Amino acid sequence: MLINKQLSNRALGLLLGASIAIGAGLSGAAFADDVSKTKGHEIAARSDRSDTGFVSSEVEAVMTLINKRGRKSTRELSFKTLERESEDVGDKGLTIFATPRDVKGTALLSHAKILAPDDQWLYLPALKRVKRISSANKSGPFVGSEFAFEDFTSTELNKYSYDYKGEDTLDGMKVDIIERFPLYKNSGYTRQISYIDQDVFQVRKIDFYDRKNSLLKTLTLSDQREYEGGVWRAHMLTMVNHITGKSTTLAYSDYKFKTGLADKDFVKGILKRIR
Amino acid sequence: MKMLLASALAAVSLSQAAFADGIDISGSIAAENRVFFERGNLPGQLQTYQGSLEFELDVRWTSPDRRWDFVFVPFGRLDGRDGERTHFDAREAYVRWNGDTVSVRTGYAKVFWGVAESLHLVDIINQSDGIEDIDNEDKLGQLMLEVSVQQDWGQITGYVLPSFRKRTFAGVDGRLRLPFPVDDSLTRFDQGQDEGGDIDFALRYSHYFGDWDVGLSFFSGASRDPRFVIDPSLGVFAPFYDDITQVGVDLQYTNEAWLWKFEGIVRDTPFETFVAGVGGLEYSFYGVTEAGADLGIILEIQYDNRSNDPLLGPLSPADNDLVTGFRYSLNDVEDTAVLAGITTDLDDGSLSGFVEASRRIGDNWTTELEGRFFLSVDQQNLIAGFSKDSHIIIRLTRYF
Repeated sequence: MLINKQLSNRALGLLLGASIAIGAGLSGAAFADDVSKTKGHEIAARSDRSDTGFVSSEVEAVMTLINKRGRKSTRELSFKTLERESEDVGDKGLTIFATPRDVKGTALLSHAKILAPDDQWLYLPALKRVKRISSANKSGPFVGSEFAFEDFTSTELNKYSYDYKGEDTLDGMKVDIIERFPLYKNSGYTRQISYIDQDVFQVRKIDFYDRKNSLLKTLTLSDQREYEGGVWRAHMLTMVNHITGKSTTLAYSDYKFKTGLADKDFVKGILKRIR
Repeated sequence: MKMLLASALAAVSLSQAAFADGIDISGSIAAENRVFFERGNLPGQLQTYQGSLEFELDVRWTSPDRRWDFVFVPFGRLDGRDGERTHFDAREAYVRWNGDTVSVRTGYAKVFWGVAESLHLVDIINQSDGIEDIDNEDKLGQLMLEVSVQQDWGQITGYVLPSFRKRTFAGVDGRLRLPFPVDDSLTRFDQGQDEGGDIDFALRYSHYFGDWDVGLSFFSGASRDPRFVIDPSLGVFAPFYDDITQVGVDLQYTNEAWLWKFEGIVRDTPFETFVAGVGGLEYSFYGVTEAGADLGIILEIQYDNRSNDPLLGPLSPADNDLVTGFRYSLNDVEDTAVLAGITTDLDDGSLSGFVEASRRIGDNWTTELEGRFFLSVDQQNLIAGFSKDSHIIIRLTRYF
């Protein structure tokens, strides 16, 4: 009995000791975790702020889809964006297609939310029809490209949680490595690794990991230019799909900011005026 | 003098450049091959092949301050077999002034209202170009004065519609025609015979509340659907466009991958007041293939309680019917997509089907396959007259 008791006491002590150690380990990890999360969020927020304060913008872009064999197909589009300053609401956006010619005038109006599904309407010019569409299709390809819908619509800071992973060098730049995890529903990604330079805080590269957590795509952002008011924009985006070998580039023209766009230019009723 | 000439020339070339810069011209030309599976029932009908050419031009200019839009969209078809189907129309020819909250448009224009896929009950502004297809989705340009006001609480649009457009129908040679040819010269309105003497009015409210999109509409004027009176001496149908008053509602609830849709109307004619509705759902399965294709399932029910007496008003085949269909989008570079469905008449079991598939070829071409199949049609059903008219269309379109 005694032995048993002693044993059990020792066992208890061991267990207690172990649990304290585990507890200490846990809280230590949690502490380190919090620090890296906070740092990750701070760096992402600083980067996010470097493209805010633009009020509204208009830009044209050429999207080039390149298949495995190098065959190219292009789409010309224009984007209008109305910034909403609060980080608790998303921006409003209007995407209008100029080519391919059979879809000329097709337009997509989006009222982005943070975690709730975005409100989206599609305008079909041949029928003059405005259709409210589901925004649940986050991971589907955008007009046959290697960009998913969410790559365009989920750029808001608070759509992700962040984790600081360290620093590295990329193309001669010192960069912070931030891991981010989508917080919104229906994402096709488990996580993304973004590389943000330490000089002007621009995202230079993002690796996308699919639902099986294997590397799916890499986005490279280049030709960053600073506009008046310290607003930065990348003018060349290249998305490479590592599984299919296909890629898509998106080349932006010069941005125009503060063009006088207002809420009235992003209402459902405006779509019927596009074509 | 030389200076003056030079500056005048400079001014001219500048204004030309400005004009040429702003004017946007595009268009398309298509070759359409319509092939019927059987010969027609009616005397004089073309046999099984109907080839035609169609073209559409789109000319538009927007003033640099974006206040003014000038738009001209002529359309035409040259049909090898049915002379009636060779026709031209100004689909759009209007001027619009865009204010901050008000826009005003005048000229020929197209307007679409509604949410449903299988039937467009609420949509009433434009006359159907019925000779193009029998699905009422091709529309003739409608002369209008349109005033639209956008506020935080939604958009209200008022329409004055002078000058009525008569529906187009297949000629004696054509397929998909009524048992007797329609003679437009015998057209009657409640006001008389002159389509120019008819002025119609409409009002539309459209907005959204969270996940709900809501439309309300009112129309007062000549019905776009004619009823037919047989002229026994000539053996033709005389179309009669009664004056009607119609109120409509269209609703869509969007939640995740679900779209719930409803359209309903109450129509008051000189002889009766009836209700009709179409409602259902569309559910999408996203990413059904590795490449990211989507599959949407469509289910809609059509209901209409109008009288069965053709003398009281136009009949509708969509009176108690179930439409099941699917939409398959490959989301590939070529935008390949297929929409297909089957309509079942819940009263007599008649079945009809349709398929629409399209794919882009290169940057400037598209190819389309359309089919309409009258599978098992009860002899008493309104579409019985089309029972030999199952067909496919192969269309090749070049955009420029």
